[in-house]
Amino acid sequence: MKHNLILRVIAKYLFPVIALFAFYVQFHGDYGPGGGFQAGVILSVAFIFYTLVFGLDTTEKILPSHVLRILASTGVLIYAGTGVVTMILGGNFLDYNLLSLVPVEGQHIGILVIELGVGITVSSVMLMIFFAFAGRGRP
Amino acid sequence: MKNITDTVLIDTLIDITLLAFLAITAIAIIRMRNLFVIIMLFGIFSLHSAGLFVVMDAADVAFTEAAVGAGISTVLMLGTLALTRNHEEKVPSHHARLPLLVVFITGSALVYGTYDIPAFGDPHSPSQEYLKPHYIEEGIRETGVPNIVTAVLASYRGYDTLGEVTVIFTAGIGVMLLIGGRLTRSNRKDD
Repeated sequence: MKHNLILRVIAKYLFPVIALFAFYVQFHGDYGPGGGFQAGVILSVAFIFYTLVFGLDTTEKILPSHVLRILASTGVLIYAGTGVVTMILGGNFLDYNLLSLVPVEGQHIGILVIELGVGITVSSVMLMIFFAFAGRGRP
Repeated sequence: MKNITDTVLIDTLIDITLLAFLAITAIAIIRMRNLFVIIMLFGIFSLHSAGLFVVMDAADVAFTEAAVGAGISTVLMLGTLALTRNHEEKVPSHHARLPLLVVFITGSALVYGTYDIPAFGDPHSPSQEYLKPHYIEEGIRETGVPNIVTAVLASYRGYDTLGEVTVIFTAGIGVMLLIGGRLTRSNRKDD
């Protein structure tokens, strides 16, 4: 699809829109439908769409697979790390109330952080799987 | 009063239409041999399911179904298709009667099982009476999150979600181990 001008132009304009929507879903999950999981999938869709139009090699220049592997584990680490932090603060595992002086505020921070972890892991794992399949078909 | 009956009627109509499309898509998937068409039909199937979830007021589930079922899995299956053949080979079916019998009996058992399930939205069903009133009444006070689904998933059931994320991470590692990029990378360097 290297020579399809309309697709290439549209892809360049759509990429930021899809990514922005992903971030909206990520950080607006407290108030509307959505959350880290859906946001991660949508963000990976933006990159997959870009890859379909511009090729795997172009995307791998900005997002090499070793970076994806680190990101995938970082997300899980952020999530589990939040639990460990609350334990260090003297509470139960994943007891967000202790993250701030006001319990409700702590809940807000905790949910935001763990949703971020979910989003990072989901988007990078989806991309990892897609790159693995697409890389196989490479000549 | 008339408005309420109208909404119920329209809801029922939408339900019947979506379910009919689901059945049609499923039958089409069984009868097709072209894998590309089947993958597209799978996407349509997921989209119809997402529509059904929206009618049931489960926006979060519908969102996930549309993004994962109709979006990502379609792309992943297309990626797999690029590595294999485009057509499913026709397997000569000797005993169509036995599978049909098994499917019929299983289906009847499932339909029989639905008689014991509480009616849709029944406020007195066991699952509604145990913890849900607490989530609905105390959720906003305890977590400060207006979306109850997020409050339950991220806070009350934080352990479960951590498990889910670990499952996704494990799935990614599994795929990387099976068909990871290391092999193709070294091959390309030899070129």
